[in-house]
Amino acid sequence: MFYREAGEFSTTYKDDSQTFPIKFDRWRYYFVLFVAVFVIPFMVNDYWVNSIFLPFLIYAIAAIGLNILVGYCGQVSLGTGGFMAVGAYACYKLMTSFPDVSMFVHVIIAGAITAVVGVLFGLPSLRIKGFYLAVATLAAQFFLVWLFNRVPWFYNYSASGQINAPERDTFGVLITGPNTEAWAAYLFCVVFTIVSAVIARNLTRGSVGRKWMAIRDMDIAAEIIGVNPLTAKLSAFAISSFFVGVSGALFFSVYLGAVEVGEVFGINKSFLVLFMIIIGGLGSIFGSFAGAAFLVLLPVALKVVGVDWLGWPTDIVAHLQLVIVGALIIVFLIAEPHGIAQLWRVAKEKLRLWPFPH
Amino acid sequence: MLDQSEGYTTADGRKIGPVVMEMKNITLRFGGVEAIKDISFDIREGEIRAIIGPNGAGKSSMLNVISGFYVPQEGQVFYQGQPRPPMKPYQVARQGIARTFQNIALFEGMTVLDNVMTGRLTHMKTGLFWQSMWKGRAETEETVNREVAEKIIDFLEIQAIRKTPVARLPYGLKKRVELARALAAEPSLLLLDEPMAGMNVEEKEDMSRFILDVNDEFGTTIALIEHDMGVVMDLSDRVVVMDYGKKIGDGTPDEVRGNQDVIDAYLGVAHD
Repeated sequence: MFYREAGEFSTTYKDDSQTFPIKFDRWRYYFVLFVAVFVIPFMVNDYWVNSIFLPFLIYAIAAIGLNILVGYCGQVSLGTGGFMAVGAYACYKLMTSFPDVSMFVHVIIAGAITAVVGVLFGLPSLRIKGFYLAVATLAAQFFLVWLFNRVPWFYNYSASGQINAPERDTFGVLITGPNTEAWAAYLFCVVFTIVSAVIARNLTRGSVGRKWMAIRDMDIAAEIIGVNPLTAKLSAFAISSFFVGVSGALFFSVYLGAVEVGEVFGINKSFLVLFMIIIGGLGSIFGSFAGAAFLVLLPVALKVVGVDWLGWPTDIVAHLQLVIVGALIIVFLIAEPHGIAQLWRVAKEKLRLWPFPH
Repeated sequence: MLDQSEGYTTADGRKIGPVVMEMKNITLRFGGVEAIKDISFDIREGEIRAIIGPNGAGKSSMLNVISGFYVPQEGQVFYQGQPRPPMKPYQVARQGIARTFQNIALFEGMTVLDNVMTGRLTHMKTGLFWQSMWKGRAETEETVNREVAEKIIDFLEIQAIRKTPVARLPYGLKKRVELARALAAEPSLLLLDEPMAGMNVEEKEDMSRFILDVNDEFGTTIALIEHDMGVVMDLSDRVVVMDYGKKIGDGTPDEVRGNQDVIDAYLGVAHD
């Protein structure tokens, strides 16, 4: 009833390898895109943008990046916070050094710089796997945060040790700084999110995605069919770090505006993004969005329900959130390791036959 | 024996070409254990070459030497007439050598189609940038290679499970998918490590038919390890027999069957 795919047959391999082979899905996707780009910007206010849309969009990019590394290539990383910091500080240095250049360029170059750093810290993955690699990336996390705290050049010798986003524009519209309009910040991020998702999807459905998944599922067999583990793993690190760096740059410049590295890009951030892809779904682009939406909306929803409706104290609600997230992680790891994305897939399969499953 | 350097024709009329792969005095040690001792043999173009022997004879080690997992301490591998320097397995794969494993080594998280498509990876060259665009080069390449993959899927009669995740398949089908993945690479030399291990008679017959068909239709040279003597004797053109790392026999199935050393290795010798 909800879901019709009867009578839809792909007659070419091109049709069959589409992202949304079913017409209904395809139109829904176009509809969401249309609403995201042409409707929401004209309806949002500061509250919606700053507490929901910006964190969701930016975390979604970070989750896509981490999902490429962890979910598709199977290389566990706990360094996301550190790599986001690289993106943020690279963006800051670029913004202050080249004030006239468009923000678009800054963010993309910040991503590229993070990709290089990511490859550097990805080198250990050629020799170690799993748990041990996670510890190696943890070292990256602590090292990078320490580096940005200790070397004053990175924060332009400011007295507070913080970095503050100066006012910068793209195509004449202010994107960063306190005078930015909500819709402009939103539109800037939504473009990055959509392009990131499309690129990630294109990569993961093609030959490089298969290389990553082959390495993830069985590295010996991957090598025997001609996958060079060196290039496969390092390309995953590079592309993953690129997205994470872009998200770090946006997080700092567009969303927060001012950053103290230990607080914002600490180990907690690494875990938060990791939780997003675990809850959302490892190895799924949609899962990255679902996980980001879930973990961004959960505190907001809890606050609305707990504080505003039920009148509970704020600290109880904040702790409740930790409890719920922790419990959900355990539940998902045991019951559905493929996360919300898999639940969605199962629901779709059920709906195909609903209401007559037999 | 007559001179066969240019190849010969078998009794059933198949043309066997010149030598494609030659192993010369291969010795492989693991610490103090000599897994392979001074073994030489060759594989000719278009033939089905079997390697047999009791457990622990060094057959799989031999296959691992050919596919680049192990580098022998002594001896030289010649491929297509050229001495082959020590190579990584992925470089060997790019030379056109594909293999299957004794314990299935499929990518469990991917569908059958994706698994078969991974076999095409050595033929897919589009760069990261074009892939991230998809439209254009990447899509064309995907379609071209998909056609080849689908041909193999048809050939091995696994169309119905194309989109099924491999983890859900039964053992016999997994073996077939693994063969499909190896075939998708369009290899010039196909190595099969116990393709019929753990199968019932019917599945063995199916698999034998596929192996013969592959050899017949694609002209693929095949080297296989197998324990089922009936299958080996029926399928193969020539057989190498190994025991405790040494070669104890080499020749046509009939020659090997009559070889006293081989009989002793399989049936045991009376100690008197």
